[in-house]
Amino acid sequence: MLTQTVRMLGRLGETVVKGVAEMGFAAVLLGEALFWLAMGRRREQPVRLAPIVAEMTEIGLRALPIVTVLAVTIGIMLAIQGIYTLRMFGAESQVVPGIAFSVVREFAPLITGILVAGRSGSALAARLGTMRINQEVDALQVMGISPVRFLVVPPLVAMLVMVPSLSLWSILVALGGAGVYVSSTLDMTFAAYARQCLEMLTLGDLAHGMGKSFIFAVLITLVGVVNGASVSGGAEGVGRMTTRSVVQAISAIVITDMIFVFLVTR
Amino acid sequence: MNGVDRTSSRVAIEVRDLVTHYGERKILKGVSFDILEGEILVIMGGSGSGKSTLLNHLLGLLRPTSGAIRLLGVDITKAPPREMQALRRKMGVAFQGGALFSSMSVGDNIMLPLREHTRLDRKTMEIMARLKMEVVDLAGFENLMPAELSGGMIKRAALARAIVMDPKLLFCDEPSAGLDPVVASSIDDLILRLRDAMGMTIVVVTHELESAFKIADRILVLDKGEIIGLGSVDEIRNSASERIQNLLHRRTEEVELDADAYLRRLTGEE
Ligand SMILES: Nc1ncnc2c1ncn2[C@@H]1O[C@H](COP(=O)(O)OP(=O)(O)OP(=O)(O)O)[C@@H](O)[C@H]1O
Ligand SMILES: [Mg+2]
Repeated sequence: MLTQTVRMLGRLGETVVKGVAEMGFAAVLLGEALFWLAMGRRREQPVRLAPIVAEMTEIGLRALPIVTVLAVTIGIMLAIQGIYTLRMFGAESQVVPGIAFSVVREFAPLITGILVAGRSGSALAARLGTMRINQEVDALQVMGISPVRFLVVPPLVAMLVMVPSLSLWSILVALGGAGVYVSSTLDMTFAAYARQCLEMLTLGDLAHGMGKSFIFAVLITLVGVVNGASVSGGAEGVGRMTTRSVVQAISAIVITDMIFVFLVTR
Repeated sequence: MNGVDRTSSRVAIEVRDLVTHYGERKILKGVSFDILEGEILVIMGGSGSGKSTLLNHLLGLLRPTSGAIRLLGVDITKAPPREMQALRRKMGVAFQGGALFSSMSVGDNIMLPLREHTRLDRKTMEIMARLKMEVVDLAGFENLMPAELSGGMIKRAALARAIVMDPKLLFCDEPSAGLDPVVASSIDDLILRLRDAMGMTIVVVTHELESAFKIADRILVLDKGEIIGLGSVDEIRNSASERIQNLLHRRTEEVELDADAYLRRLTGEE
């Protein structure tokens, strides 16, 4: 009984230590990535543009259709729910602020983050994990090519550009989708809806949404890289770490979102 | 038997009292040896004896617990990053599985070190890469992707990438394992040719006895993290040591005598 408790505590301790170690690793990775971005040229190991562009295509352009579909759906859904709720108070026409704020500040960045985590964060973890077990990471190291510069910086930069861009796009599309529904259901033209949106929203709201997506971009990349880098035990290990990376990235996004909202809107 | 006279007496690689751990487990238990310039040293030993661990330390991929490793006079356990970087340009490594980058063509793989470390224009780099592909008999395959290569071709492409910068030190992990005898033998010839033509110092880890006897100037035999033999092919082949003979004839070790230890291991109470 006692030994069991001790063992359980031991395992709990191990998990905590491992978690802290992983966060430390993530911080070091981020620092090293920024170092190579800033200093690469001087060290004669510049960060190259071509792989960044390739990553941006994969992370951003290829995600555009699905982001668009999801954003429209979310917009319409918010409009339906908003009108349903406000109808109880006979205040349907007040639905626009609710839609505008929640799309810009919350739903568009969140949905985009989750989508990119599922699509590209997992792919990053799988790719790095496979490279690790095939000794490709070792090969880079012995060639004197920094694996961080070569493998981490391009996706990091691409995420930092594409996650906010996709978020911005999904804000527009979600607001548009909601507007189409609102103007077809209520006694309000699309133009009036759009004008009301613009009047309500401030640059601060946009900054709130965009600020989050930058953080999400960093989180997705770091979670993917840390999990990919700690793969051991063959193809099965890659699968395990890929799954883990999706779960962790989405949890990290939602939790960070909550903390962010708490700190900023309190 | 071959080539001792060809080797100069200058030391290229020096390992002193190397002790390493994975976690709590001691893997290498104080290993010391020298490798001379232009020499082919073959590291042999049973599965789990620590060959890959030793190689990874020679490559600077792992940090030892204690001891010194000097490559071309640089102690890689202490060298600052810049010195390490300079040294890495003089080393080439052919990993066991090839470790070719699967997203790049064979040609781009071989050119990668040139692209990262030199300011040559693309045309020149292509020519240099093709030269090395000729050396390993892969001419004309530069546009294939690694997934389209056979096992032997992957090993040869990995060798081409390892030698594209004309390194002074070449490390090969199981260069002919898992290949049919003809291909394996052609890779052995290739390694010999590289040493003769370019004067490289070559370290080879291998299981294959035949290949070791063919290419080695000297053989180092590892067992349970210790060197149990180091000498010329003839010296190792004719060694009186029972452990070496067991390894050469693939005999399993004598049965364990300590019944208590055996029981403890079974019940997991170590
Ligand atoms: N990453 C690791 N973590 C923990 N222990 C390891 C690790 N890699 C190897 N070991 C252990 O170190 C010992 C030596 O392993 P090593 O891979 O060096 O052997 P080897 O001689 O290369 O064997 P093989 O011929 O099978 O490749 C083994 O007992 C192995 O279990
Ligand atoms: Mg091994």
